[in-house]
Amino acid sequence: MKPRSLLAVLLSGVLFGAGLALSTMTQPEVVLSFLRFTDFGLLLVLGGAVTLTLIVYRAAPAMMKSPLFESAFSTHPSVLNRRTLGGAALFGIGWGISGVCPGPAIAGLGAGNWPLLVAVAAMFAGAWVQGRFFGE
Amino acid sequence: MTIDAIFPLGWQHYLAGGLLIGAGVSLLFVTTGLIGGMSTVFSSTLSYFSRHRFFHQPRFIGSRLWRLVFAAGLIAGAALWLLLSGRAPVITQVSWWQLAVGGFIAGFGARLSNGCTSGHGICGMASLQLPSMLAVVIFLATGIATAHIVRLLGGA
Repeated sequence: MKPRSLLAVLLSGVLFGAGLALSTMTQPEVVLSFLRFTDFGLLLVLGGAVTLTLIVYRAAPAMMKSPLFESAFSTHPSVLNRRTLGGAALFGIGWGISGVCPGPAIAGLGAGNWPLLVAVAAMFAGAWVQGRFFGE
Repeated sequence: MTIDAIFPLGWQHYLAGGLLIGAGVSLLFVTTGLIGGMSTVFSSTLSYFSRHRFFHQPRFIGSRLWRLVFAAGLIAGAALWLLLSGRAPVITQVSWWQLAVGGFIAGFGARLSNGCTSGHGICGMASLQLPSMLAVVIFLATGIATAHIVRLLGGA
């Protein structure tokens, strides 16, 4: 990948991480308070992110022949099968136990929420067991 | 029901943060054409450490560098926000066993499902994909149920 593309990836990540910190998603307590119906802020975070992304995912390929630095817009089709749905059910259980999911866990390290290192390490372990013993 | 009852800590920072997250995912797409969910970074980064063939599929090897750079950006962005806001970091009081057990199950499940709150939740829903929408409904349901049960059992 071209250096300028990697720089754009880094900058995109910076915006993403700043958004996670600003919206306090890097605090598991805030996520748990949504899952327990005491603060519905997570819906605004998700709604705001999805709305903007939905517009850009449609507008960019309609208005540009290719992305600025690379040759083509990718697609990432998700598949309707037992793995996708069963994995989502398991993911939700882990999310409900910890209040942590991958983006906020990683960004949380930058926000100084250092105990999330435990969650990040555990996610690596979970991903390793999945790939090593259940990978396709 | 008043707005304070739904958002006791205010709503502006949630919406602004969500838009900033959307801006990051959008910038990634406009500049490089890439679809940026987060959970794949765990499997793709494991290709640097494991020789197992699963982790050496082209989809992981071919994306492992940019995914790692994207994750580094997340850390840098959150650190930058902390610096600019001038606030003290908030350290979680959630117990280490909840972070360890929950993190493991969430990591396993996200990789089995090939997506998490950002992959299915943001990128999948923003491209109106039915499997992602179903995944979101399912993980919201199991997440809500689990969080209630954990509280009943005395968890944080």
